[in-house]
Amino acid sequence: MTITGLFPDMETPLSLRLLRDMLFIRKVEEGIADRYPTGEMRCPTHLSIGQEAAAVALCVALEEKDLAVSTHRAHAHYLAKGGSLPAMLAEIYGRVTGCCRGRGGSMHLIDKSVGFLGSTAIVGNSVPIGTGLALSLQVKKSRQIAAIFFGDGCVEEGSFYESANFAVVRKLPALFVCENNLYSVYSPLSVRQPDGRKIHKMVEGLGMTSATVDGNDVEAAYAASQVAITHIRGGKGPFFLELSTYRWREHCGPNFDNDTGYRTEAEFLGWKSRDPIELYQQRLLKHGVIDANGLRALCAQLDIEVLAAFQFAESSPFPDQAEAFSDEYA
Amino acid sequence: MNMLERTRPDTSRKTTFAKAINECLHQSMVADADVIVYGLGVTDPKAIFGTTDGLEARFGKERVFDIPTAENAMTGVGIGAAIQGLRPVMVHQRLDFFLLAMDQLVNAAAKWRFMFGGQSSVPITIRLIMGRGWGQGPTHSQNLQAWFAHIPGLKVVMPASAEDAKGLLAGSIADNNPVLFLEHRWLHNLQGSVPEELYKTPLGEARMAREGDDVSIVAMSYMTVEAVRAADFLSGLGIYCDVLDLRSIRPLDWPSVFASVSRTGRLLALDTGHTTGSVAGEIVARVSTNCWDKLKCAPRRIAMPDFPEATSPALTRGYHPRAEHITEAVAQMLGQTIDTRPLIAGRNFPHDVPGDWFNGPF
Repeated sequence: MTITGLFPDMETPLSLRLLRDMLFIRKVEEGIADRYPTGEMRCPTHLSIGQEAAAVALCVALEEKDLAVSTHRAHAHYLAKGGSLPAMLAEIYGRVTGCCRGRGGSMHLIDKSVGFLGSTAIVGNSVPIGTGLALSLQVKKSRQIAAIFFGDGCVEEGSFYESANFAVVRKLPALFVCENNLYSVYSPLSVRQPDGRKIHKMVEGLGMTSATVDGNDVEAAYAASQVAITHIRGGKGPFFLELSTYRWREHCGPNFDNDTGYRTEAEFLGWKSRDPIELYQQRLLKHGVIDANGLRALCAQLDIEVLAAFQFAESSPFPDQAEAFSDEYA
Repeated sequence: MNMLERTRPDTSRKTTFAKAINECLHQSMVADADVIVYGLGVTDPKAIFGTTDGLEARFGKERVFDIPTAENAMTGVGIGAAIQGLRPVMVHQRLDFFLLAMDQLVNAAAKWRFMFGGQSSVPITIRLIMGRGWGQGPTHSQNLQAWFAHIPGLKVVMPASAEDAKGLLAGSIADNNPVLFLEHRWLHNLQGSVPEELYKTPLGEARMAREGDDVSIVAMSYMTVEAVRAADFLSGLGIYCDVLDLRSIRPLDWPSVFASVSRTGRLLALDTGHTTGSVAGEIVARVSTNCWDKLKCAPRRIAMPDFPEATSPALTRGYHPRAEHITEAVAQMLGQTIDTRPLIAGRNFPHDVPGDWFNGPF
């Protein structure tokens, strides 16, 4: 199914939450990009700029107790799920106050207090694990669900098919969330998947209920997420949601890289003109949900929060060297 | 090492290694409602050589289930389930198929606790059945414990007796870490004294299967059986060996290995895997480093040849190390020559099976 449309009657607090969360993530990611050249964040870092709407729509539609796992590009999912920003930044800075005490870096985020149970760095690695979370929820007769975030490259991995198949066989409470940003590192879909393939259609062929939605339209994405979550909580089995979106900056790192030739500046500008945050701000302004002053105040408040988190990270101590040799076993 | 034998109410009951595993699974599932058992064939008529017999009927399809043919993802499913409160036991009828799951094992299960700052652990037990002989050939006979033992965060358990099959499996299931439980197919019919109640044998404590001051034979899994045969034969000739059954190779009971070699001054390390990069090689290295001044002769090892195992019985005839090779090595270390023909003559079944009970095909 394809889910589209405007939802002008969306409740005001919910609209503002969607906007706030997207702005928050954007400011964090731009803050990382600005500071990355100082060399204090010494780990591979994959920014979510341009893809905020998908993460926010999904996570706002989920309940806090629901579980989530993600990939190397996890900042937006972690933050949208409610993960601690200071702990995330401190982790990227390699500090002991980080969410993994400096063991994991940008690609390994965890905040169990909000059900974000981990992001992992190998493509397709966290998909079976998220499926296993769903199995545990089913065995324990919980009404929670497990959301599994991944990209279009992941659906080329065997682990994806294996997991999707099992989820369908066992009717697991799993939400498969595919952010299709058209590229796997620098490899376009054209060299990875056949012409004309619709990923959600392919997954439908595996027997999973599937839908696609504009991943840059946060309200449409939210509505689609609700459809998916209602389906899963109703005991109807897993759901696959494909959200089309676009990564603005390089695969890994803080820069723009359209000049390197793997994609065109025109393609980038086309997507940038559909910036999910700008689109939504305009919509809310137009409908009077927020005015220019309110927007300025919101941004100022977020700037303070983000700055404080960077200051926390930068002023946090590094872990003691002995921590390199602990926690091998429980 | 557990030098003090545990007091047991009853050690007189005999059962097989395979039945001991089955009993352990039944009792572990009764004791802990979070234990689930799954894997290709666990509910089929053969029930993984009988080891999963009766589980589905007793505990239901939610907790005991057959799976899609998807080794990698199904390992990850177990990891996720373990993170979220279950205690899965996954079963593979052949270790070789588990090679499809290396990403989940190495990048997820082994790393999870360390990588996330000690916040989560992965209490999964993965039973891997491996073997040798009877035409298992290049891709159905591999003993890859050295691969697994190389990975920080994993535990690798290799029982050699029926009693340990039960106790170590219970210990593995109760352990809060990912444990690879490697069962040698040639041990499944081995009889032993197995207490009826559920008991947990600690992981990482070696077992002294035979005692003697002349040579330390360090073994694991099926090679312990061959080592005991050799040691018993040698004792009839007045040569006495320690046979140290490692039981677990990660963690490995180094204090017991060093104590034994320090006493005998001679090390013969055995391995069911290929020679290069073997656990036996690691044992030789560490003993050489730690016990150099105690050694009376160069340490030795006997492992599988550095060739894949062939299928034809004609090609495996000279391939597998057995008690006679162990005996010869011990004799050489003592500067003696021993006629092993009586030892070989005592084995009245073909070279590529563990005993008369084994008729294939698995």
